[in-house]
Amino acid sequence: MEVLLAIIIGILYAAGVYMILRRSLVKLIIGIILLGNGANLLIFLLGRITEGAPPIIPEDSSVFTEAYADPVPQALILTAIVISFGLQSFAIILVKRAHKVVKTDDLDEMNATDEDS
Amino acid sequence: MLTAILLGFLFALFLVFTGKFFRGKLAVLSALIPAGLFAYFASFISKISAGEIITKTYEWVPAFGVNLSFKLDGLSLLFSLMITGIGFLVFSYTASYLKGHKYLDRFYGYLSVFMAAMLGLVLSNNIISLFVFWELTSISSFFLIGFNNDSAASRKSALTALGITGLGGFFLLSGVLLLGSMTGTYNITEMLSMQEAIAGSEYYILAASLFFVAAFTKSAQFPFHFWLPAAMKAPTPVSTYLHSATMVKAGVYLLMRFTPILGDHPFWNNTLIIVGGITMVYTAIHSLFRTDLKGILAYSTISALGILVFLIGLGTKAAFLAAAVFIMVHALYKATLFLVAGIIDHQAGTRDVTKLAGLRKVMMPVAIAGFLAAISSAGIPPTIGFLGKELTYEASLNFGTGTIIIVIAIVLTKIFLLWAGFAAGIKPFMGKLPEAQKETKMPGLLMWFPPIILAVLSILFGIFPSLIESAIVKPMVFALGADASEDHLALWHGFNTVLLLSAVTIGVGLLLYFLVRPSNKLEQKVAKLEFISPRSIMEKGNYYFVIFSRFWTNVFQNGYLRNYVTSIILFLVILVGYILFGHQRLVIDHSQLAEITAYELVVALILVAGVLYTVFTKSRLAAVAAMGVVGLSICLIFVFYSAPDLAMTQFSIDTLTVILFVLVLYRLPKYLSLSDYKMRLRDGVLSLALGTIICVLALQVLAEPANNEIGDFYAKNAYLLAHGKNVVNVILVDFRGTDTLIEISVLAIAAIGVFGLLKLRLKSTDRTQ
Repeated sequence: MEVLLAIIIGILYAAGVYMILRRSLVKLIIGIILLGNGANLLIFLLGRITEGAPPIIPEDSSVFTEAYADPVPQALILTAIVISFGLQSFAIILVKRAHKVVKTDDLDEMNATDEDS
Repeated sequence: MLTAILLGFLFALFLVFTGKFFRGKLAVLSALIPAGLFAYFASFISKISAGEIITKTYEWVPAFGVNLSFKLDGLSLLFSLMITGIGFLVFSYTASYLKGHKYLDRFYGYLSVFMAAMLGLVLSNNIISLFVFWELTSISSFFLIGFNNDSAASRKSALTALGITGLGGFFLLSGVLLLGSMTGTYNITEMLSMQEAIAGSEYYILAASLFFVAAFTKSAQFPFHFWLPAAMKAPTPVSTYLHSATMVKAGVYLLMRFTPILGDHPFWNNTLIIVGGITMVYTAIHSLFRTDLKGILAYSTISALGILVFLIGLGTKAAFLAAAVFIMVHALYKATLFLVAGIIDHQAGTRDVTKLAGLRKVMMPVAIAGFLAAISSAGIPPTIGFLGKELTYEASLNFGTGTIIIVIAIVLTKIFLLWAGFAAGIKPFMGKLPEAQKETKMPGLLMWFPPIILAVLSILFGIFPSLIESAIVKPMVFALGADASEDHLALWHGFNTVLLLSAVTIGVGLLLYFLVRPSNKLEQKVAKLEFISPRSIMEKGNYYFVIFSRFWTNVFQNGYLRNYVTSIILFLVILVGYILFGHQRLVIDHSQLAEITAYELVVALILVAGVLYTVFTKSRLAAVAAMGVVGLSICLIFVFYSAPDLAMTQFSIDTLTVILFVLVLYRLPKYLSLSDYKMRLRDGVLSLALGTIICVLALQVLAEPANNEIGDFYAKNAYLLAHGKNVVNVILVDFRGTDTLIEISVLAIAAIGVFGLLKLRLKSTDRTQ
């Protein structure tokens, strides 16, 4: 499964970067989201994946008695997911706003400050 | 001693708050500071001439060997006396010269900072603090040269001076650090004993070259000399103080200070002789083609600095003796001439030497000062200038190799310097007073008295050289590493070659003065050759550098996001790819890996399909929906591999993102497809390359053993310390609770931003862009 996950991560990175390289703002955001997902999965994979052993201490014990998944990558990814939501929502609204003001979705038309344009 | 050095800085600070009191009549009081400092340093004369060296060390950054360590020996004593003595005269002169100037207090502030920096520079016994003070002189001189900041020319010349001396500072820092790592100390006294080891080091040439560039830029040596004439835009007190007596001599000081450490090496001596020689002849001849009084003086100053560098290069005891005397000679007569030029400019309203004549009739004392300075500069007895010239000739004659060339160069220089001195000090006062100058008045006492003092000293020291012989000159020669206790300064040396050369110099110089008058024609003639001068070459260099920078910036900062991303990813792919495929053996250890089950494979296929659909669909809504599918597939992967919290978070966030997207989307125009086939292909190849690299990288990391130490700690202590059983939650809200709090604040800020953007009402003018 690790090999398959690695390939999936590669595809997510490739797709994310490809979308970031597009000129459309919407595609840029989609690219960032895909790239973020790829990064999350990469951290998850590199923390070593374990099947069927969530890092939750059993009801009747105060320490782990059996194997468990590493909780640190999970904590990191959880944070990352939440933060990236903040970024995404702000970016989406910003695109909407920018479109309303400059009437374009094309990044190439936005690369000058208003004094030069 | 620290107080003495810091006094200038403190006074400048004091002026910041009390400046308005010093703009008026009280301004002259500030001259008390250099006067007091002069008295303070003069009190050391007897100790120093007895051979004592006074050192004081205050810790600054002892961990790095950087201390405020000061040393007062013959060399620093002479410089300190010049800085404070001429400083005193300039401070008083300024009170009258800039009387009623709006920013007089500011000017005094700059002057005090400069004086303090200069004192720190010549007294530093630690090369790091020497560098710091060196830079401070550059910075304060920038403000002084650009004091008339409403004039564009003045600002430009201040920038030129800062550029050149700043460049030198950079080289000095490199040299200082190199020398520090060669010797293992930053202390100059400690370096003195390592002269042989330094000269034998493979870095000697580099270190010496770095010091050379620093000294040559500061002391305006060829080919960096042009900033000095340009700096004449400064008010005359500045020219007097910085450009005749103190700052430009800092480079000379540096060379002198390091002569016992880096000197006595063919590279050292030859470079100094050649550079000094070229400078003194080239700029002495140049002074012939100027009509601005200060222009003439600027070029003759550079020439005099060239003589000093040249004498240091000769490196014999006689040369050091000559240099020690000539420094004083030059400081005395050149400061006088500058002050006189300032008075003429101030009273007559012009510095054009072709328009000035007969001023002796209105300002006799100034004429006397000018005359005395001129004959001292010409080296006519009984001035100290004569003494300096004799010693210089003697040093050149007895050097040994290439005597003829050396002597011709120095005699030629002295002839032109005589002309320059006469043109600046005598010419404006001779002849008939022109109509235009009839209204010229006598300047105030504060203005004409300083040049008189200096001029009289020129004569006094000439007639009684014993006044300075053992007090100042000999300790200084001693500091340069030679023992001159047997030598005696005297005006009369008997009939010998030196005297003959002197006679020739004076004769030819006077002839030249009567034959060649400063004129605009000469100036225009030489202006035609301006395009091959170092100044225009350097300006052209600057010009092309700016063009190149603009080009470079446009290449890398072109405003297209995708170009930035492309270059970043290209570098990443090339670097990581090179390491991965070039140096690593790629292995996959299948025995360690989990099996692929059927449902995992299905989820993976759905995910890949979702990604491909997101990328290639023409419909924006479909792209967003497919992206949602990708997010949910990832959510399932989290479920499979023991991460229930992640699965829940991913599920809710993914859903929210899709909803938000769809809400916003219907207001946007049609999905854009802006790039052509070629661009897409290029981006596709790049993206796939990155994807492959990441994929291989991930597999390589998996082949390495994992370290779960941190995870184990949390898992072991989650319940025992934090009383929670879901370890991920415990980490987030307990062990790393503060991080989570900050994360929440970030989200709150994003939320405020979103709210603001939604509620923002644009004015009609903003809409039509």
